[in-house]
Amino acid sequence: MPRAMRVSPLIAWLCLLCGSLPAVAQHATGSDVFSGEQAFQSYCANCHGKTGNQIANVDLGHGLFRKPYSDEDLANIVMKGIPATAMPATPNMSAEQATQIVAYLRSRALLKDMGQGGDALRGKALFAGKGQCISCHRIDGEGSRLGPDLSRIGLLRSTDQIATSLLDPDREVQPNNRSYSVTTRDGTRISGRLLNHDAFTVQLLDTSEQLRSFEKTDLRSEGFIPSPMPSTRGTLSDQELTDLVRYLASLRGSGNK
Amino acid sequence: MKMSPRFILYCLLALASLSAQAQVTARQLLAPDTVPGDWLSYSRDYNNQRHSPLKQINARNVDRLHLQWVWQARSLEKFEATPLVVNGVLYTVQAPNDVVALDAATGRIFWTYSHQPSPARTCCGRVNRGLAILGETLFMGTVDAHLLAIDARSGQLLWDSKVADATAQYSITMPPLVVKDKVYIGTAGGDMGIRGFIAAYDAKTGRQLWKFHTIPEPGEPGNDTWSADSWQKGGAAIWNHGAYDPEANLVYFGTGNPAPDWDGRTRLGDNLYSDSVVALDADTGKLRWHYQFTPHDELDYDSTQVPVLADITWHNKPRKVMLWANRNGLMYVLDRITGEFLLGKPYVEVNWMDGFDAQGRPHRVPGMVPTPQGTLVRPHVHGAINWAPPAYSPRTGLFYVAHWEHSGIVAIEGQFPQSVGINARQTTMGDVTLEPFLNNEDEARGVIRAYDPATLKPRWEYALGNITWGGMLSTAGDVVFGGGKDGYFVALDAKTGRLLWKAALGGQVNAGAMSYAVNGKQYIAIAAGAALFVFAL
Repeated sequence: MPRAMRVSPLIAWLCLLCGSLPAVAQHATGSDVFSGEQAFQSYCANCHGKTGNQIANVDLGHGLFRKPYSDEDLANIVMKGIPATAMPATPNMSAEQATQIVAYLRSRALLKDMGQGGDALRGKALFAGKGQCISCHRIDGEGSRLGPDLSRIGLLRSTDQIATSLLDPDREVQPNNRSYSVTTRDGTRISGRLLNHDAFTVQLLDTSEQLRSFEKTDLRSEGFIPSPMPSTRGTLSDQELTDLVRYLASLRGSGNK
Repeated sequence: MKMSPRFILYCLLALASLSAQAQVTARQLLAPDTVPGDWLSYSRDYNNQRHSPLKQINARNVDRLHLQWVWQARSLEKFEATPLVVNGVLYTVQAPNDVVALDAATGRIFWTYSHQPSPARTCCGRVNRGLAILGETLFMGTVDAHLLAIDARSGQLLWDSKVADATAQYSITMPPLVVKDKVYIGTAGGDMGIRGFIAAYDAKTGRQLWKFHTIPEPGEPGNDTWSADSWQKGGAAIWNHGAYDPEANLVYFGTGNPAPDWDGRTRLGDNLYSDSVVALDADTGKLRWHYQFTPHDELDYDSTQVPVLADITWHNKPRKVMLWANRNGLMYVLDRITGEFLLGKPYVEVNWMDGFDAQGRPHRVPGMVPTPQGTLVRPHVHGAINWAPPAYSPRTGLFYVAHWEHSGIVAIEGQFPQSVGINARQTTMGDVTLEPFLNNEDEARGVIRAYDPATLKPRWEYALGNITWGGMLSTAGDVVFGGGKDGYFVALDAKTGRLLWKAALGGQVNAGAMSYAVNGKQYIAIAAGAALFVFAL
């Protein structure tokens, strides 16, 4: 199947599972969802909020609508508004954009449902085993510091955000988790997580888990680099991904508080 | 799982490079001179000598010190913390309880861990005096009476143990002490009627291992030194750093005032172990010996100064001693193995006692308590010295103390409906009003003195323009550093006290200086106002 036409295995799998849900944009691609999110943030978030829950009884981010609308209904509402309400028409929106917004909203609802399934114990095993997450991440003092510490990730991120990060690691990287690389004048290249930088210096937690500080005058080059985290797409099964999300969402921090 | 070459490289590097940036071993804590450029604990070593072996900066060149960087804390609380430095990373506390990791060469921030303490009442500010470290873990007590363990590399919380109930007036301001695999922590709150203690925690898990109450309960020796049930809320808090003697396997802590501070009528007796030093078995917490500096204190003379351990010649024989400049205006030499009182004498004007018996018990001057007409008490309620750490140089053999001279306070029984006079204040720590001596607390002044431990006589004195809350630093360059309330930070010749260098920092010096090295360059760090200032040649 051409890449542009490939249905996200996760979405397809969840569509099969969730028969009671309205027909989803079954041919939506990851690209559609991404474009839909951008369009949503541009056209809709002003009133509905960034996560779609700013209006009473409407939680677009979790698939909660006032009626069980079909995708077509929703696309029409997005384009034409709802007469006699505050929901305005958007005359310059294309049908394609409206469909992408619907795909985005449906995907968010599905991701949430995914977090409610799964087996956290199996997810924990995947974290340390097949998923190899522990080689970059740390939970309760175990694992690497290269990536973000995930001990409290269940408090900090929703299940759909966790799933999104697993599928598309580069899509949203928090400022304190960005990867950075410097090359010193003698040609040594050091990479790591960017902790701080200013006009004259750069601070990293390097791949050796050392806190490093550099004067920019000592560097030949420096700059952001893509996240080294690989996508789980195509490497973990949908069930495994669901288990992993379930496990991560369960992490609320430990210690004897 | 498909792995990108980039990801595989990251994993290989991570596995291959478990190097030791923040790996502080128990052995290094025992022998900090093996890492001379680091400063691994509050006073650098278990003896609390605050003596750095670094000598790049010395008496001949210290006048060329200049500012390297300044780090501004986002806090209006007093900056009382002494930083730690481990392999080029400086760790300090932004009051009340934010831990900050900085590049020790540039002052740039690596990470900040923020703890938002629940509302907690402290007597004297939501302050913190510093951290401890073992392995890759930093330890901090919080003003809401928790003990936190924080990953030194990432700044992530590892564990959080509740030490005491903050709503019952317990709080923590002291730096923890780490010995072997244990973290020792006590609490403040002695002015609010807590029952003091020191507790040991497992450094790895945060589990409490033992707890020594500084006030014995009924059935324990010493409980009969408290009348009625006054022992239950008798204070004796431990709120400053302790010391450790590895050969004796003893940890030492000073204890605070009995409560209520200024009214002993409800707590008749000596009130053990308030205003004392307690020597505890480091493993079990069992009391080995104690010495009480101020029995039945009614003048708020906490004995929470930092114990300074030194090996000196005493009557022509080597002796392991403990030097103590106390808030009550007396300086002491104790045998730190047995607790034997060897010497004690006033080092400022003292009028509440006029001598010692053979066991070192002070003879009280009758009537030196709050009276309706007012009693002038010397030294001041804030003491000859309060909590600021002294220093000791094994090179000069001198004990360096920054303290107040000419201080006093007028203690008046009963609370007045309104404050009276300049700087008058009332206190709830007993039925008393404290009036500044001569209505002007600036009558007192600060001094830095070098004392001979064998005689407790001063060898030299440097007069500060104002009183001081600052501690001392000694270095192998034969320079000592101190500061005062007026914001001056001074470098003095360790042998003569001659002023060698000074800097006006524009804020009160409320901490002790420290020294470290990065890439062969020696630095001197001092907190003043709300900032940390770092100097080098």
